[in-house]
Amino acid sequence: MNVTGPEGWSDAAAAAVITAHATQRGPLLPVLRALQENFGYVDERAIALVGSLLNVSRADVYGVLTFYSDLRTSPQGTTRLQVCRGEACQAVGAHALAEHARTSLDVDFGETTNDGSFTLDEVFCLGNCALGPTVARNGELRGRVDPSVFDRLVDDGATGGQS
Amino acid sequence: MTTVYVPGDSSARSVGADEVAVAIAAEAATRGADVTIVRNGSRGMMWLEPLVEVATERGRVAYGPVSADDVAGLFDAGFLVGAEHSLGHGATEEIAWLSEQDRLTFARVGVVDPLSLADYVAHGGLVALDVAFTMTPEQICDTITESGLRGRGGAGFPTGRKWRTVLDAPDTPKFVACNADEGDSGTFADRMLMEGDPFMLIESMVISGFAVGAHEGFIYLRSEYPGATATLRAAIALAYEAGLLGANVRGSGFAFDLEIRVGAGSYICGEETAMLESLEGKRGVVRAKPPLPAIEGLFGQPTAVNNVLSLASVLPILTRGAAFYQDLGVGRSRGTQVFQLAGNVAQGGIVELAFGITLGEMLERFGGGTRSGRPIRAVQVGGPLGAYVPPAQFNLPLDYEAFVEAGAMLGHGGIVVFDDTVDMAAQARFAMEFCALESCGKCTPCRVGAVRGVEVIDKIVAGDDVQNNTVLLEELLEVMTDGSLCAMGGLTPMPVRSVLVHFPEDLGLNRRSPA
Repeated sequence: MNVTGPEGWSDAAAAAVITAHATQRGPLLPVLRALQENFGYVDERAIALVGSLLNVSRADVYGVLTFYSDLRTSPQGTTRLQVCRGEACQAVGAHALAEHARTSLDVDFGETTNDGSFTLDEVFCLGNCALGPTVARNGELRGRVDPSVFDRLVDDGATGGQS
Repeated sequence: MTTVYVPGDSSARSVGADEVAVAIAAEAATRGADVTIVRNGSRGMMWLEPLVEVATERGRVAYGPVSADDVAGLFDAGFLVGAEHSLGHGATEEIAWLSEQDRLTFARVGVVDPLSLADYVAHGGLVALDVAFTMTPEQICDTITESGLRGRGGAGFPTGRKWRTVLDAPDTPKFVACNADEGDSGTFADRMLMEGDPFMLIESMVISGFAVGAHEGFIYLRSEYPGATATLRAAIALAYEAGLLGANVRGSGFAFDLEIRVGAGSYICGEETAMLESLEGKRGVVRAKPPLPAIEGLFGQPTAVNNVLSLASVLPILTRGAAFYQDLGVGRSRGTQVFQLAGNVAQGGIVELAFGITLGEMLERFGGGTRSGRPIRAVQVGGPLGAYVPPAQFNLPLDYEAFVEAGAMLGHGGIVVFDDTVDMAAQARFAMEFCALESCGKCTPCRVGAVRGVEVIDKIVAGDDVQNNTVLLEELLEVMTDGSLCAMGGLTPMPVRSVLVHFPEDLGLNRRSPA
């Protein structure tokens, strides 16, 4: 089971990431993004660390961390599946697809399967509105996804292959 | 050597363009054919993606939708010399759907190699920048004002006047910021432009900086667009190498730096003041206006915030003149609008046309009806905050004022088609649900109103005290419209109201004449 992202969390490594992004203007969001890219998530321990290194309050860090849906405070699954629930995808069956995704993976949106292999997220528009319903697997778009295509994406994800 | 174009556009890739490119390369190698594959942008005919084009002596010839399994057959048929095939569409430029458009901002998209600066210049790139450097900043602002260009992000504010305000603001430094947080469902034009013609955005950002006196620009790009981010980052690096960005742009003495900031999954950050907060690294919470961002914007400094399509429109205005642009369109809607046909539509994609074609003509002539083959019941125009328009109003011309008059809006030009299986009560509920999810939380009508909106719609649908709850819903819509700080809470009532007026039966209500 691999749910820790590219590297395990360490305060020293986190401090290095923070310092590397601290000099730009308006650094808080870019720093949190960088932490997530590095560790796969933003550990709770980052809140105090970011606050002290950027000289902002912990409340400010917490506020930004919890405002943006991309930022997560716990490790995500090996494969991230984002199901589009925007209107354009709704018009071609996104409701049914979303239901299928939740029941077949047995998780709700925002959750990770027990074995740590999949995180299921809802997303509102991936910009593929003429070829919906759309699912992004680890950022890669798939268009015209019906339940059977979704199952194939899951199977390929489970074996680590590319469809 | 034969050049074969296989789009690298995210939409084309979502239906297998990468696999097709690999298959063509492999097949060419097997047969000893000398083929160069260019990953161009998409022509915007999404139902034909992956659309493969071959450069022949008769011009480019199109085949689509091509799957990897079709590739051997295409070689057998002689597609490398443009031979006929069941997937063939003849010369790309002669496909009526494409040739009947007025492609100004999308002129290069799908045509050029997105990351070839030489190709960009060969197709008219950098002419506008050279024109701009012969003008004064005041002259550029005046030219944009004369063209009648209005912001394409949805609000429709005159771009030239905005630029002039920033130029005249005494405070320095000034900034330009591009709003590429294209979060409206049913819109994908910004993404396609950034993926298919990234140098266009760089050139227009430099011009906007020069016109308002800013030496630094930011592009706020949504994280849901990793493809556009990668292409644009690569293009910016190439632009620095070529001296299009940096201390001395094209030898003009003008210094301009450009940086991409990636969003983090928040719809409200497409609202310009929330976007500025997010660019500053903070929560994307809406600011009260005034002060206008043009006076007090990014980091408190004068800032010109423009949508991708507005910036893209600046280039043809400078190269072909304000009068040329002003001659296109109707009423106060001048120039072209990039419409995006989406949802349950047979021929979805990008339709760039002068303002004024009716909605119905757009849906029939270009959209070709629904993908499902069933009748159209409603189309949502202008994103999640736009009205659901019934077939009875399909005679509306697509221009800003006509739509406002009908209780609808054009927004960013997205047109989402629904067939007769749609449950309009569910769509009304979703508008409120979406607002509740994405509200920044700053003002009460939006933050609380959206939650109450979901509840009261549920009660109406359940048949619970329908009469009083309908009155309550209408009062709530009024409060949200009048009392919200920004368009999120202020316009969420629009789709809900359109369902009340045009599709009351889905809510279990009787039809009545609109107020």
